[in-house]
Amino acid sequence: MASLIEMRGIERTYVMGDNLVHALRGVDLTIEHGSSIAIMGTSGSGKSTLMNIMGCLDQPDQGTYHLDGKDVSRLSRSDLADVRGRMIGFVFQSFNLLSRTSALENVEMPLMYQGISARERHKRARAALEQVNLGGRADHHPNQLSGGQQQRVAIARALVTEAPVIMADEPTGNLDTTTSQEVMSILQGLVKQGKTIILVTHEADIAAYASRVVTLRDGSIIDDKRQTPVDAARPKDAA
Amino acid sequence: MSIFTTFKLALRALWRNKVRTLLTMLGIIFGIGAVIAMVASGQGAQAAVRQVFQSMGTNVLIVSNQSTRGMAPSQGGGGGATLTWEDLAALQSGEISTIKWIAPALETRTQIISEDADWNSRIMGTTATWFKIRNWAATEGAVFDEDTGNSTGKIAVIGRTVAKELFPGASTAVGQIARINGQPYEIVGVLASKGQGPMGDNDDIVVIPIKTYQQKIDRGLAKYIRGNLLISMTADDVAERTMAQITALLRDRHKLDNTAEDDFRIRNPTEFAKAQQASTERISTLLAIVAAVSLFVGGIGVMNIMLVSVIERTREIGIRMAVGAKPRDVRLQFLVESIVISLVGGLHGILLGYVGAKYMADYFTWQMIFPKETAILAFVVSALVGIVFGMYPAVRASRLDPITALRYET
Repeated sequence: MASLIEMRGIERTYVMGDNLVHALRGVDLTIEHGSSIAIMGTSGSGKSTLMNIMGCLDQPDQGTYHLDGKDVSRLSRSDLADVRGRMIGFVFQSFNLLSRTSALENVEMPLMYQGISARERHKRARAALEQVNLGGRADHHPNQLSGGQQQRVAIARALVTEAPVIMADEPTGNLDTTTSQEVMSILQGLVKQGKTIILVTHEADIAAYASRVVTLRDGSIIDDKRQTPVDAARPKDAA
Repeated sequence: MSIFTTFKLALRALWRNKVRTLLTMLGIIFGIGAVIAMVASGQGAQAAVRQVFQSMGTNVLIVSNQSTRGMAPSQGGGGGATLTWEDLAALQSGEISTIKWIAPALETRTQIISEDADWNSRIMGTTATWFKIRNWAATEGAVFDEDTGNSTGKIAVIGRTVAKELFPGASTAVGQIARINGQPYEIVGVLASKGQGPMGDNDDIVVIPIKTYQQKIDRGLAKYIRGNLLISMTADDVAERTMAQITALLRDRHKLDNTAEDDFRIRNPTEFAKAQQASTERISTLLAIVAAVSLFVGGIGVMNIMLVSVIERTREIGIRMAVGAKPRDVRLQFLVESIVISLVGGLHGILLGYVGAKYMADYFTWQMIFPKETAILAFVVSALVGIVFGMYPAVRASRLDPITALRYET
């Protein structure tokens, strides 16, 4: 089977004022199905740009990107949106839920854009919320939920489309240690179900939960190592 | 995304900002309301003008003495009368084939007195033909026939207003006696009401036989007609030809050479009516344009609020795009919102316009005209306003870069 993600010679430059910023300078990266990978680096290392391109929110200037065997490096905005909807679930640092909209409706939202009927949307959204142990909070609005719960709603939203890839951008950045572990435990559970988790983080603690850590600096991969992930369900400093 | 879901989303988003939605809608409500009220009123006003001139009779020409122009006929002007009874006979001879009927009308303004009241009215001496030309019947008693019209009887047919003023208590004015210049006249008929005419109240009139008029009011026969000739034509498209022929005949009879001006005047009330109608139409158009401008301003209000909404919801747009919303989905979402504002506003505007038009119709006592087509057109126009003024904000929303939008801090 082909690799899930195959990037070859990805380059991305921005114009900032009078300067040309090389965010990515020829990145090659292959990610297999069902793996968990942490992308690390300081701010300005290019990890966000890499995630945006991987998540089909942005496109490379140079190089090719195959997602699940399909070349997505030169798609139109509309086709790119379609690929995002079907292939990728996003989990953001700031949750990015719609306020004044119930948890259930937040989770349903991606399905609306796939033209799925209201009845089917409800069913799948409820199931996704159950999966993150929020079945009882379906009618709560984000401001009635704790940070950890909000992030779980966001994970449910990423799960509901049955997309094979979950991209988590600093998913625990706004959470305390205990809740962070909860969230990471859920994400690790998803890997066991066959999802591919791509974690973007600058925290080594969080990267430790992944089975592979890729480190970027100045737009290039400087380190790529495999490791045995820490099990989030068993707190390492259980005291 | 299905259009149904899009509508549901739009309604919910608008409901969340009830006050803002309502205020934006007001612009459309007043805009559409003004357009509707102005168009309906314009049509009502035109119908009113049409009615006024129809009351004068159709296919009618009025030939009068030129020199009376400076002097109101009601003041007994006619010292410089130029039309003669022989002119009348010549016109009646059948030489001009398009003349159907012709009736001389002598008139003055004087006092008419009953037992109970006195009243200053228009006194007219004419024949039975005059009633035919003006297509005017009596609701009580009868108008003159050939015999009574050509008699010297002291009889009178009066208008509704005169009947009301002179005999306020009586069940009918017919059979009552009224005095003009000290002479008693028997009322033989009361005319159907014709309402307001271009020269004032049509119903303020007293008609007596022309010979009686000559004897009792003019006190003696004269060579000249101190009044005018009411002429009806055989068709309504022969006015110009008839006028030319009458002019030629009268000029010839009055022995006017080529350089002399006419010493008589021919008026075509239909022409006058057309001019009047044209000016009413101009005013209606002007008012409708002003109303359309206010609708335009309402549309700009929609655009303005949609632009604010797009900026406020930048992050929402980013989230939607991240989870798979295509630019088209985002565009449609905002477009549907502005269309809903405009349509709902438009519907209320149609109601408001109807009420406004009704109020104006009552106030100006004209007919309430509210054509279905106008309402349907207003509905379509409000949808168009939504599309036209919502397009730019919607396109802007759809062109947002998802990465920038997601990072946007509110």
